Amino acid sequence: MRHILIIAATLFAASAQAETPRDFLTRFEKEAGAVASVERGARFFATKQGGEWSCASCHTDRPTQAGLHAKTGKAITPLAPAANAERFTDAAKVDKWFRRNCNDTLNRVCSAQEKADVIAWLLTLK
Amino acid sequence: MKRLAARPLLALLAALALPAHADNYGVPKNAAFEEECTSCHMAYPPQMLHADSWRAMMNGLSKHFGSDASIDEKRRTAITDFLVAHSGGRKTGDTRDAQCKPLLRISETERFAKKHREISAATWKRAAIKSPANCTACHAQAAAGNYSDHSVNIPR
Ligand code: HEC
Ligand code: HEC
Ligand code: HEC
Repeated sequence: MRHILIIAATLFAASAQAETPRDFLTRFEKEAGAVASVERGARFFATKQGGEWSCASCHTDRPTQAGLHAKTGKAITPLAPAANAERFTDAAKVDKWFRRNCNDTLNRVCSAQEKADVIAWLLTLK
Repeated sequence: MKRLAARPLLALLAALALPAHADNYGVPKNAAFEEECTSCHMAYPPQMLHADSWRAMMNGLSKHFGSDASIDEKRRTAITDFLVAHSGGRKTGDTRDAQCKPLLRISETERFAKKHREISAATWKRAAIKSPANCTACHAQAAAGNYSDHSVNIPR
C-alpha cells in the first residue's frame, strides 16, 4: 500500500510540472481553504497598498494587453492567460514572480487567498 | 606588383577597423543570465562592470535598485560565475571608486560620465528616457551590444 502511495505521489509531482492556470487556482484555493473572489482579485490588482506601485502599474489595469515596467520602461507580455498561453504554466516561475512582485508592491508576501483571487479575475478576462 | 601593394593597404584598413570592433559589447550566450537578468530590463553587458561590482550586486539581489530580484542559490552562483568570467578589465570595466569600493551601476562610473558628458541633467529626465540606466532609449541596438555613435538617437 505504501509503495502505491509513493508511486502515486511521484506521478503527481511529475505531472505537476506542466500545469494550467486552473491548476494554480485550485492549488491556491486549497491552500487558502476558501473559494476565490473575482471581484476581490480585480480590486487587489488595481489598488496601491502603501507602496509606490500596484500590480496594474506594470501589468496595466487590462492585462490582456502588454504592460510596461514602471521603473525601466521595458515591455512585459500580457499577464492574462487568454492573451498569453505561457502564463501560469510553470510553478517555479509563478512562485518566483509572486514572491518578487508582492514584495515590491506590498512589502510582504501575498496570501494564498490573494493569489487565488488574482488568478480567478485574470481568467475572466477575454 | 600592383596586387602586392594592395596587401599592406588591406592590412592597414583591417587594423583601422579594429577599434570599432572593440566597442562591441555583445553579451555572450548564457541561458540562466538571459532568463533571470533580462525580464525587467535589457541585458547589461558583463564587460561593463568589474568582477567586484558583479559580486557585490549578486550578493544583494533581494534589494536590487529598489526591486526584489532574488533567485535560488544555484542560479545565483552560476550567474555570478558567468558575469565574473566576462567582466571588464582595466580600460572598459574598472568600476571601482577611488577607495577601490565597487560601484554597482554602469551609469555611475567615471567612464560613463565621460562618454555622456554632453547630455544635460534635463535630458536624462525626459519622459522617453527616464533614467541613464535606460540605455535602449538612445542606443537602439544596445540589446545587441552595439553602442556606436552611428546608432545613437536621443529621443525628444
Ligand atoms: C515593477 C513592475 C511589476 C509590478 C508592480 C508587478 N509585476 Fe508582475 N511581473 C513583472 C515582470 C517584469 C514579470 C516577468 C516578466 C514576464 O514574465 O513577462 C512579471 C511576472 C509576473 C507573473 C508571472 C506569471 C507567469 O506565469 O509568467 C505573475 C504571476 C505576476 N507578475 C503577478 C503580479 C502581481 C499579482 C502583482 C501585484 C501584486 C505584480 N505582478 C506586480 C513586473 C511587475
Ligand atoms: C525584478 C526586476 C529585475 C530583475 C529580475 C533584475 N533587475 Fe537589474 N535592475 C532592475 C531595476 C528596477 C534597475 C534600476 C533601473 C533604473 O535605475 O532605471 C536595475 C538596474 C540594474 C543595473 C544597473 C544599470 C545602471 O548602470 O544604472 C545592472 C547592472 C543590473 N540591473 C543587472 C542585473 C542583473 C545582472 C540581473 C540578474 C541577476 C538583474 N539585473 C535582474 C530590476 C531588475
Ligand atoms: C540620453 C541618451 C543616452 C542614454 C540613456 C545612454 N546613452 Fe550612451 N551615449 C549617448 C550619446 C549621445 C553618446 C555619444 C555618441 C558619440 O558621439 O560618440 C553615447 C556614447 C556611449 C558609449 C560610447 C560609444 C563609442 O563608440 O565610443 C557607450 C559605451 C555608451 N554610450 C554606453 C551606454 C550605456 C551602457 C548606457 C546605459 C547604462 C547608455 N549608454 C545610456 C546617449 C545615451
